[in-house]
Amino acid sequence: MLYLDHAATTPIRPLVREAILPLAEGGWGNPTGFHAPARAAKNALEEARERVAEVLGCRPLEVVFTSGGTEADNLAVKGAALAGGKRGGVVTSAVEHEAVLGAVRFLEKWGCPVKVVGVDSDGVVDPSEVSEAVTSETAVVSVMTVNNETGARQPIRKISEAVQDQAGSRPLIHTDAVQAFVSDEVRPDELGVDLLSLAGHKFGGPTGVGVLYVRDGVALEPVAHGGGQELGRRSGTQHVLGAVEMAVAMELADSDRARFHRAVGEARRRFETALLARVPGLVITSQSARTIQHSHLRFPGVANQTLLARLDRLGLAASAGSSCQSGAAAVSHVLSAMGISDEEARSSVRFSFGWTTRPSDGDRAAQLVLGAWEALR
Amino acid sequence: MRVLAAMSGGVDSSVAAALMHQEGHEVTGVTLKLWQGPDGEAPTHGCCTVSDSEDARRVAASLGIPYYVFDYTRDFAQAVINPFMNDYRRGRTPNPCVECNRSIKFSILLEEAARLDCDLLVTGHYARVSHEGGRWRLRRGVDEDKDQSYVLHMLGQHELSRTRFPVGEITKTQTRQIASDLGFRNADKRDSYEICFVQGDYRDFIARATPDALRPGRIVDTSHRPVGKHQGVINFTVGQRRGLGVAVGEPRYVTELDPQNSTVVIGSARDLQAWAIEVEKISWVNEAPPWESERKCLVQIRAHGEPVEARISVGQAPTDHGTVIFSNPERGAAPGQAAVFYRDDEVLGGGTIARLLR
Repeated sequence: MLYLDHAATTPIRPLVREAILPLAEGGWGNPTGFHAPARAAKNALEEARERVAEVLGCRPLEVVFTSGGTEADNLAVKGAALAGGKRGGVVTSAVEHEAVLGAVRFLEKWGCPVKVVGVDSDGVVDPSEVSEAVTSETAVVSVMTVNNETGARQPIRKISEAVQDQAGSRPLIHTDAVQAFVSDEVRPDELGVDLLSLAGHKFGGPTGVGVLYVRDGVALEPVAHGGGQELGRRSGTQHVLGAVEMAVAMELADSDRARFHRAVGEARRRFETALLARVPGLVITSQSARTIQHSHLRFPGVANQTLLARLDRLGLAASAGSSCQSGAAAVSHVLSAMGISDEEARSSVRFSFGWTTRPSDGDRAAQLVLGAWEALR
Repeated sequence: MRVLAAMSGGVDSSVAAALMHQEGHEVTGVTLKLWQGPDGEAPTHGCCTVSDSEDARRVAASLGIPYYVFDYTRDFAQAVINPFMNDYRRGRTPNPCVECNRSIKFSILLEEAARLDCDLLVTGHYARVSHEGGRWRLRRGVDEDKDQSYVLHMLGQHELSRTRFPVGEITKTQTRQIASDLGFRNADKRDSYEICFVQGDYRDFIARATPDALRPGRIVDTSHRPVGKHQGVINFTVGQRRGLGVAVGEPRYVTELDPQNSTVVIGSARDLQAWAIEVEKISWVNEAPPWESERKCLVQIRAHGEPVEARISVGQAPTDHGTVIFSNPERGAAPGQAAVFYRDDEVLGGGTIARLLR
């Protein structure tokens, strides 16, 4: 099987699995308890928090463990907008993940002023448009670091600078870095953000665990209420083993980026070169703005669902980039924000390479895709 | 053979896929996403829901076959939902299942099957396909109560040669038994009778989609004397008895709808009787009428109606329109419904009722 859907989720790195073996016996305690098993779990949790903080270049208590990227996004956006009992405004982009857009729609329904800025034909947000959208009532600006469908990078640092007023004050900045971390060094201070979301399963960790970086001093209204864990920012008994896996996966991905870029870059280069030579009119989405692992391609005149089904039969796993809950390929809000027609969107397929990719996978993938495409052209 | 099985998540199509799998075919399961809520997600009520696709996915997994959800919402809106609403606004009584079979399942999906190198399309319809005397034939399903040949009348030789209906050969009871034996979680799921894309009353659905469809008007009797008022012709179908809001001694029925003048005509059971109907969009299973001019056969004019004797005279090429003259006047005909021609249990062809002759 050739797995080219790493943007959806990734295989778990073996070392991540191994890291929790010593904890499987002793890591089951409730970290908030009074006794020895509780302390063992608490130690494991806090050690994981320190390791995450080390990778992000932040302080341990700025790390909030969540159930994943979606919860981290919800906590960031809702928590910032509703902090202090207010209905603060939100400025976001049209190409955000549904986790952010869904949270924003929720806030709008409850009376928070919302502004959504568009993108250019490469799927990139213009920082000056963001700053124009910001008003005195804006509580949080949320723009993703890398788009999950196209791989387009957003100018987060520039956005952060653009929204500052003369006195240097600005609304909170959140970035969903879920898709970015595997390939890009992600450090909140360098990006100039106050809130940053990560999901373990996008870089060799498991599903079910994520992180929200919350800059020291930033107050959030919690989304999940209860026992006040994670300094009151996220109630619920922590997923200790998940937190450890998250920390280990982050360290592994962080130290593997140079190799990742070489292997993935070479695989994608071979893949796209072979396809461009044979498929007339093949279009690479967001070509000038994208990360190394994304290959979002348009095959003119071919329905993506048919192509994907044929590829699945051949043992190649890829994706339409966005799907609805039933699993059908959905017409993507990201592509339509970029001015790509429904018809064009329906002939687009996302191939995403990852940590298991070898350079030769690019050749094999091209061979399989060309075979399936030939049958449908 | 390689087979594409349309799986709705219901018990019939699940068992159809299972039977093909048991016969040793290489089956791929597919659920069609045909309509969606305003949020773009699959609906949560009615047919075609996320939970339906979850059921289909579980069945496919238990058979160990690949499974996909294919999106045909645009095609379905264009070919089924919009004509459905237009028909009601024109005073007709449409059958959206017929249009879906004609334009989606046995057209677009059949082409999709070919693109996936599948030799056959399999669905969970209760009807039988056979190859006899050098041609493909379509017959009523073995289970008379569940027979769905009526909504499949538009299938011709090309479609039938690439289609199989495994549960048409067995009864519904047997279907449920097989599903239960195989441990399918939808084995006792209830049958769907509603129009899949309408939640609740279709009249509300049309009124919501096209508010101008509700235009108040008069209710008149057959001699055009006003006897009442109504809130829009889409609230009525020909043959309707209840909800007329008119108190008269003997039972009254809607005999005619005149959307242009927003008028509903009501009359007695006798006024409802038609001696003949004009039928359009006729297709023939064997591609041409099985007779030279005018012949007797059985005609079924409602989805669950009894077939009645009639003579059919078909236009000279093109043969896609004709007149059906009933041996005994019929009360149950309504424009927009299908008229399907049978010889015993074999479908000869059928079309759409265009006009009633009274």
